[in-house]
Amino acid sequence: MSRVIMYSGFERFWHWALAVLILILLLTGFNIHGTYHIVSFEQAVNIHIITSWLLMGLLVFTLFWHMVTGEWKQYIPSSTNKLMAMMKYYALDIFLGGGHPHHKTRQSKLNPMQRMAYLSLHIAITPVTWISGLLYLYYPYWDNIGIGSWSLGMIAFVHTAAAFAMLAFLIVHLYLALTTSEERLGYLKAMLHGYEKE
Amino acid sequence: MFFSKLKNSALASGILYSALFIACSNSYADVEAEKTTSSTADHSKFEILQEQFATGPDVTKACLSCHTEASKQLHKTKHWNWTFTNPDTGQEVGKKSIINNYCLAINKNYARCTSCHIGYGWKDKDFDFTSQENVDCLVCHDTTDTYKKFPTAAGHPTYKDKAFPKGSKKIWKAPDLSHIAQNVGPPRRENCGACHFYGGGGDGVKHGDLDSSMTNPDKQLDVHMGVDGLNFTCTECHSTDGHDIKGSRFNITAKDTHGIDIPGRDDHSRASCESCHGMTPHPETINNKINDHTDKVACVTCHIPTYARGGVATKMWWDWSTAGKKDADGKLIKMKNDKGQLTYFTKKGSFTWGQDLVPEYDWLSGNIRYKQLDEKIDPGQVVALNTFSGSYDDPDARIWPFKIMRGKQPYDKVNNTLTLLHLFGKEKTAYWKSYNWNSAIKAAMDEAQANYSGEYGFIETTLHWPLAHMVAPKEQSLSCGECHSKEGRLANLTDFYLPGRDNNKWLDIIGWLAVFGTLGGVSLHGLIRYFFAKRRRKQ
Repeated sequence: MSRVIMYSGFERFWHWALAVLILILLLTGFNIHGTYHIVSFEQAVNIHIITSWLLMGLLVFTLFWHMVTGEWKQYIPSSTNKLMAMMKYYALDIFLGGGHPHHKTRQSKLNPMQRMAYLSLHIAITPVTWISGLLYLYYPYWDNIGIGSWSLGMIAFVHTAAAFAMLAFLIVHLYLALTTSEERLGYLKAMLHGYEKE
Repeated sequence: MFFSKLKNSALASGILYSALFIACSNSYADVEAEKTTSSTADHSKFEILQEQFATGPDVTKACLSCHTEASKQLHKTKHWNWTFTNPDTGQEVGKKSIINNYCLAINKNYARCTSCHIGYGWKDKDFDFTSQENVDCLVCHDTTDTYKKFPTAAGHPTYKDKAFPKGSKKIWKAPDLSHIAQNVGPPRRENCGACHFYGGGGDGVKHGDLDSSMTNPDKQLDVHMGVDGLNFTCTECHSTDGHDIKGSRFNITAKDTHGIDIPGRDDHSRASCESCHGMTPHPETINNKINDHTDKVACVTCHIPTYARGGVATKMWWDWSTAGKKDADGKLIKMKNDKGQLTYFTKKGSFTWGQDLVPEYDWLSGNIRYKQLDEKIDPGQVVALNTFSGSYDDPDARIWPFKIMRGKQPYDKVNNTLTLLHLFGKEKTAYWKSYNWNSAIKAAMDEAQANYSGEYGFIETTLHWPLAHMVAPKEQSLSCGECHSKEGRLANLTDFYLPGRDNNKWLDIIGWLAVFGTLGGVSLHGLIRYFFAKRRRKQ
């Protein structure tokens, strides 16, 4: 086992930038939704719009980075057997103190369940949020793209549903990221300074 | 040499400074002075206006000797005819035929109501609408503030000093017609306000956004008309063409997609916000939502936060059914609340008033219809005296602010129709003479040649007044949360999805179940891990 740079500078930057932006979007989003009134509706909308453009900008860069560096391959799903083993680990072995079925390396940072989870984040939750969000933002122009008969309520439904999914995802992510490392808060530290045992 | 140079430069800088000062202090007062002197005629120099006039029509004859076409122009207007065919609905509307829930209608009450007619002598239904000399020029063009139509003289001023109300100490002075005729000018707020601020029988009674506080408003009350700001007169927006004044609620422009008016291709009406401000009036920022709202929300909806906020109350409720009560001595009863507002009067019934009021909101695209005298009403329902089209799905509709005047008024219980009411006059049938509902209703209905069964009841009615005045400075316009909230101003407009107000109940239930389920799931998972780890350590 050796200490390697598990997360490059850019990875750490986009992880934390994404974290901050998503948190702000969730907070202001549910403020707009009327769940609570921490800031005024207008302030919430202002922040939500600015943050969403920053997020979209960040994700375009990140997508480019993944493509150029080949890091996108980290998200290729593993075999079903490996996935089942991972599920068995979380459902059983983890309690009994059994061995982790995945060996984390620089080349294979994500365990089979993470691959699955992040892939669904990237190809489902994120695009659904983006598309519904952009439609929400530009609803007065729906006529121009021939969807004038769509209902804002439906788009809001989809956007809010995606937000709930994101929030649930975030909870599981935080739980696993903060409590399952061998060293106390090891994953958090790794995401801060980049180094981790391979 | 040196001194003369110094003197010269001092003189030069003095001139420069005073020029600068004049340029900088180009105050609204100067603009106003310029306006009143922009006329090329000094009417005091016309000999024909120097005679002593006995009556109003005599003045008009003098006016017509130069302004030969003026009366003919006015004969075509709503101000003269009090009738108007709405091109959208084909319906005959106007003060001559519509029924409101103030003093109901003009039939049989002419001489009182027509104190706000731009003519002289409309005292009964046989008034000659072709008479040129009976057009009242002065009521709109007086600049001396001394010309007043007498309240009960069918549009005439009083020609000798006279008390009103009769027997009171309030003396109405006979105006100096010659002086007034020599001092005519374009209509000022005072002229329009003489009628439009006092509609419904008193200051502010009718509209809510028009009352005497608008004579010299500050810009907090009306950002356009404020004397400390743009100092607009009414005709700045209610532009005229041949004495025809634009901007009538009878066929309101709910959305002026025409945008900013440009000579050569405009609609010859500045009586909409869009005429000057266009459809995207707000500075464009990353959050361009406010400009996005102009398709569905009228400008005035956000920019008139409250109405009747100039210190004058407007009438909100008028219940005729309680009228007619007298005290033990048979005298008329007048009751006032602690604000000094009349809450009961034998002649008129009970009232409530309001100030600084939050408007009510509805979709409006136009097609405004007034309930006609021969139209059936449903006595089980509140009767809407005017209705209009508009909904979220109507592309021409926008959300507008309204004052809704509510009240109870007589109706025909057998025919299920509205009725008229003879209130004013010397005849015995006048309600204010005999306090007999049946004869008062019958007299007015007979005059209108309308069918009356002889049985009356009282019915609750509403009358919608679109609000367009008392536009506040932009800092006071509504914040988004006024509507985008659960119990906001648009709580009653439920035919569309309003972010911040609406949500899908099931999505919220399932969403939060999923979120808290996940939270519970991971917590449980963690607890079990903790428990097992502890046990392992013990072993």
